[in-house]
Amino acid sequence: MANGTENIAEYSGTEQALDPDKLSFRGITDKISGITERRTPPVWFVAFGAAFSLFLVLLGSIGYLIWEGVGIWGLNNPVGWGWAIINFVWWVGIGHAGTLISAILFLLRQRWRTSINRFAEAMTLFAILCALIFPGIHVGRIWVAYWMAPLPNQMSMWPNFRSPLLWDVFAVSTYFTASLLFWYTGLIPDLATFRDRAKKKIKKLIFGILSLGWRGGNRQWRHYELAYLILAGISTPLVLSVHSVVSTDFAVSILPGWHTTIFPPYFVAGAIFSGFAMVVTLTIIARKIFSLDHIITLDHLEKMNKIMLLTGMMVGYAYSIEFFIAWYSGNIYEQFAFLNRAFGNYSWAYWIMISCNVLIPQIFWVKRWRRAVPVMFVASIIINIGMWFERFVIVVTSLSRDFLPANWDYYRPTFWDISTFVGSFGLFFTLFLLFIRLLPMISMTEIKGVLPQADPYHHCPGGHNE
Amino acid sequence: MSDKIMGIIARFENTADLLSAAEKTRDAGYNKFDCHSPFPIHGMDKAMGLKRSGLGWLVGISGIIGTSSALLLQWWTSTIDYPLVISGKPLFSFQAYVPVTFALGVLLSAFTALFGMLILNGLPRLSHPVFYSDKFARFSDDGFFLSIESDDANFDPRQTAKFLESIGGKDIELLRRE
Repeated sequence: MANGTENIAEYSGTEQALDPDKLSFRGITDKISGITERRTPPVWFVAFGAAFSLFLVLLGSIGYLIWEGVGIWGLNNPVGWGWAIINFVWWVGIGHAGTLISAILFLLRQRWRTSINRFAEAMTLFAILCALIFPGIHVGRIWVAYWMAPLPNQMSMWPNFRSPLLWDVFAVSTYFTASLLFWYTGLIPDLATFRDRAKKKIKKLIFGILSLGWRGGNRQWRHYELAYLILAGISTPLVLSVHSVVSTDFAVSILPGWHTTIFPPYFVAGAIFSGFAMVVTLTIIARKIFSLDHIITLDHLEKMNKIMLLTGMMVGYAYSIEFFIAWYSGNIYEQFAFLNRAFGNYSWAYWIMISCNVLIPQIFWVKRWRRAVPVMFVASIIINIGMWFERFVIVVTSLSRDFLPANWDYYRPTFWDISTFVGSFGLFFTLFLLFIRLLPMISMTEIKGVLPQADPYHHCPGGHNE
Repeated sequence: MSDKIMGIIARFENTADLLSAAEKTRDAGYNKFDCHSPFPIHGMDKAMGLKRSGLGWLVGISGIIGTSSALLLQWWTSTIDYPLVISGKPLFSFQAYVPVTFALGVLLSAFTALFGMLILNGLPRLSHPVFYSDKFARFSDDGFFLSIESDDANFDPRQTAKFLESIGGKDIELLRRE
């Protein structure tokens, strides 16, 4: 007995947020598989109906855009980049938390990540899909979108590899593909569980094909574990590079307010910040509906809130250092751009951004609020609103007030800007609800692997306490 | 067609029992055996006498191929096939080619990591003798199994079954092709 207790203590030292007394291998399998095996709850159909309707709004908006052209959006002469790029950056940023959880926390051996990584990786995939729509459609002539790829063509032209916009194409599509491969690799053993539990022949067949004949032998695990480690290792620099590349879309230009070297780390911090906020929002809903409190515990949520507090302050630091550098540079255009942000005609957006991203996260200094589910639920939504406004402030204030006052104009979105953005939520939640219904939303394999009884040295003589 | 014996499986209670069973099976001279568990078990490679996976080499080589072909593509398109001066920079301004080079290196490595793992594991495959046992389905839930294939030089249906029993195996079952 003494031995077992020691082991549990040792595990809590390595950030074990699960309560081993409440969990058994079989219990985990039944709990997670049960979510997809029992009858679909009515609330799922309601949610799916709403999400799918929004998805149809997205399709309609895109259809009209292709029919009519980008003139249906609120773009005007100085502001040639509007909601499309804002939404793109926002959605890509949300994806970053999933990769951070699945790859970086894996390399750092943060065992608590096992409860939320599958979930967060799925969120990443769906967020990148939503993001990819916007650069795809904003070119207006969507039928020539293939020009972005280096394909030999009758014009004997090649893409300009010196353009950050092209870097973006490669960075984000690689990010999506690598995330998909990483996610699928993690799914294989769990798909085998679904195959072995399937009662209906068609279900057994589908999961049999998807699980590729997995039989959990150690001769397979040794390759599998290395593949997982390698994928985590290459995803880590990838995730940091993706938002850096996204930020160069702005930073490589010469527009005041965009042309700053702080952009790459500032964007990455912001991406992780908003991504964790989205993970918290979705996790709270899922653990409530499927009563997963013993698998996704308050400790998990508290750790994510701490990360939001940290990254929120990094973002706040970036906001202030931008002002300092504008003053220190002695460049009047730069100084004007920042004064205009805070006190110009878009100051309302700036102060929404500051309050949502810098002030609100400060509540997480208080332990009681960090562990209060309603508080963090509201805060996480506010943070994502703030992060959307951050991109709005960056894109619109700089463009609408460029070097020549004669060019200045005020930008406002049209109905179609809004419907496309709202519709992208439809795509996101449609995919997410399908994922929750059809696939194991928590990695059973990994949760079992971090339980104390998974450690062979836990079963030493005198250590049998199951 | 008469039943053909393809191998034998035995179930063990927990990870520690499976680990020590693996050591004993290895020491008894079997080499076509495998330990099936719902999650990877720490120390099992050593217990089974397995070497480290060679996947790292495959991924490393494909990463080099990915980065160098990406650099080659950008060099050839921007300086040979379609030379175009942009913002007065040299045609081969390699600093600007770093992001795409990196991305394509990662892309090819990621594909190799998953598909290389599958190839090394002989997956996907439609069937395997262990699936002839109905009890085996527990491996993906909470079961710990040791399987020995009939191809093993030391395999003998009766002797091997007795051996597995002696090291603590339960639910011992011969895998018969139906």
